[in-house]
Amino acid sequence: MTTYIDVAAALSAKFSQAVLRASRDHPAFNVPAGQALAVLRWLRDEAGFEILRDVTAIDWGLERSPRFMVVWHLYSPAAHRYVRVAADCASDAEPQMPSATELWPGANWHERETYDMFGIVFSGHPELKRILMWEGYPYFPLRKEFPLAGLPAELPDPEVAAETKEKVQAAPMAGGPFVATPGETMSGAEPRARDEAWSESSQKPT
Amino acid sequence: MATEHTYPDTAAKTAAAALPDEFHPERMSLSMGPSHPATHGVLRIQLELEGEVVRKADPVVGYLHRGDEKIAENMTYNQFVPYTDRLDYLAPLANNVAYTLAVERLAHLEVPPRCQAIRVIVSEMARISSHLMGLGAYGIDVGALSVFMYTFLEREKLYTLFEELTGARFTTNYTRIGGVARDVPEGWTERVSAFCDQFLPILDESLALLTRNRIFQDRTVNIGVVSQAEAIAYGLTGPNLRGSGVPLDLRKDRPYSGYEQYDFDVPVGSKGDCFDRYMCRAEEMKQSVRIIKQAVAKFPPGEWYATEAKKIFPPPKDKILTSMEELIQNFMLVTEGPQLPPGEVYFEAENPKGVLGFYIVSKGGGVPWRLKIRSPSFCNLSILPKVCVGAMVADVVSILGSLDFVMGECDR
Repeated sequence: MTTYIDVAAALSAKFSQAVLRASRDHPAFNVPAGQALAVLRWLRDEAGFEILRDVTAIDWGLERSPRFMVVWHLYSPAAHRYVRVAADCASDAEPQMPSATELWPGANWHERETYDMFGIVFSGHPELKRILMWEGYPYFPLRKEFPLAGLPAELPDPEVAAETKEKVQAAPMAGGPFVATPGETMSGAEPRARDEAWSESSQKPT
Repeated sequence: MATEHTYPDTAAKTAAAALPDEFHPERMSLSMGPSHPATHGVLRIQLELEGEVVRKADPVVGYLHRGDEKIAENMTYNQFVPYTDRLDYLAPLANNVAYTLAVERLAHLEVPPRCQAIRVIVSEMARISSHLMGLGAYGIDVGALSVFMYTFLEREKLYTLFEELTGARFTTNYTRIGGVARDVPEGWTERVSAFCDQFLPILDESLALLTRNRIFQDRTVNIGVVSQAEAIAYGLTGPNLRGSGVPLDLRKDRPYSGYEQYDFDVPVGSKGDCFDRYMCRAEEMKQSVRIIKQAVAKFPPGEWYATEAKKIFPPPKDKILTSMEELIQNFMLVTEGPQLPPGEVYFEAENPKGVLGFYIVSKGGGVPWRLKIRSPSFCNLSILPKVCVGAMVADVVSILGSLDFVMGECDR
C-alpha cells in the first residue's frame, strides 16, 4: 500500500522540482506549471491515483504574485488515499495551465468551471467555454476583486436586451449584516460598526 | 443526410438507399429543457437528432448558479451551513454533515461518539429520502406512475422525523462546527427505529412494482451503458459509479463519523446500465436501514457536541445566560465565527448522489479564504455527451432519471 512517505519520496525522486506543500490532511505537492501534466500522468499510471476527483483554482489576491494557483485532487481506489497537486500560473494577467483532459475526460467540465470562475485558460482543452455563467459574460466572479454583490452586466440574449433595455442587476442584499471579506474581522463588518458609526473610531455618516 | 442504420440484409440497404431524399431524416436540433419535467430541475440538453436517434448531446448547466463558493468566502463557517442545505436539496442533512466534517478536519477536531452516531443516522435517513425521491421520479420518467405514491408517502414520514429533530422538513440546517444544533428529542430514536421496521415491507412492495416489470425492464436494461473505465475516467461517483461495477464507497474505504463500527454491504452493478443504477439505489436503501438500526441499537450516551472546543462550539444556553465568561465566548463565536487554524483540507463524504467534497483553504480565523464544492451531480452529468449519443430521445429521459442528479448541487 502506498503510504504518505512513499508518494512523497517517489515523487521528489522522479520530479526534482516537486516540493512538499503545507497541508492539514493529504500529501500535497507544489509543481511547476510546465511539469504539472507529467506529474499527474505519473501519479495516475505509476502511483495508482487513477481517479481525478477535482480541479479548481485559488486566487491569492491582488497583492500576491503569482496570483492564481490550480489545484488537482486525485484519489487512489486501491490505497484509498488522496493526493493534492498544486501549480502556480506564471502570468497574473493571462493565467494559463495545460489541460488534463487528455488524461481524464472528466477534467473537461472542471476546467471549464475554473476558466469560468477565474479566467484561467487551459491550453489544449477541446472546448473551453463558460459553463455556469452564460456565454459572453464579461467577468470572472471568483476573483477576489469581484464584489459579492456582483456587477451589472448585459442580458445574455441581445434581442431581449434590446427590447427591455434592462441589465442584469447586482444583488440587492449585498453588504447586508455580517458580511465580511477574508482578512476583515466579523465585528468590523457588522452593520453598526460599519455604517451607523456610534463608535469612536468612525464618524457617523451624514 | 443518411443515417447509419443496421439493415437486415443488403437488399434492404439498397432499397433504403434508393428511397427519395425526403425519406431520409434530416439533422434536427432540439432543446430539451430547461423547463422539462424529465430534466428534474433546470437542466437543458441541446440535442442533435437524426429522426429519433441522438447524434450529439450538449448539456447546458448553470441556470441555478447562485455563487455559493463566493458567498462562503464572505461569511463564517457556521453561517454557511444553511447554504449547504440548498446544494442537494433532496438530502440536506447529508450535506450539512459532509460540510461540517470538512471544517472539523481543518480544526483536527473529533466530536464525541453520540454526535457521530446522530450524524450517521441523519445521513442515512437523508440517503433513504433522496433515493425514495429518485426512485419515484424515475418511475414517472419511464411510465410507472404509481411507484411515486408509495415512495413519497414514506419520504413524508421521514420528513416528519426530520421536523421533530431539526424544526424544519426541508432546509434542516442541523449541524454546527463541532456538533449539532440540538440533541435528539425524547423518544426520537425509537420512532426512527419504528419507521425502519415498517419501511422495509413497503419498500419491497414498491420495488416489486418495478424490478421485474416488463415495461420497466425494456426502458432500462442495456440503456445508457457506462463501462467501468468510462465511469472512472469521467469521475462518476456514488450509485452511478457502483452501478458500473466499481466497488468504491467512502463509508467503507475511508470511514468517517464512525462508519467503521457498522456492518453493511456495498451493492455494485455488473453492466452499468440504467437498470443496474436503479438496483444499486434500491439495495442501498436497505443497507441504510441496516446502518440506522445498528446506530439506534447502540446509541451512545454522553455529550452531543465537542465540549473542549471553546473557540468553535458555543457553550450551553443556560450557561450563556448566567455566566459572564460563557456569554463572551458565545458573543465571539457569533460575531467572529469559529476560530480555525490556517491550512487546507479536502474532505469527501459519500452522499446519496455521490461523493460530495469540500476543499477549504483557510488563512486562519472564522472565514474561509476559498471554499470549493466538488459536487457529485456536476461530475455525473459530465458523462451525458458520451452516454446519450446513439440513444433514442425516449432513452435520454431514462438515462437522465437513472443518473439521479440535482441541479441545485450541480450549479451551486
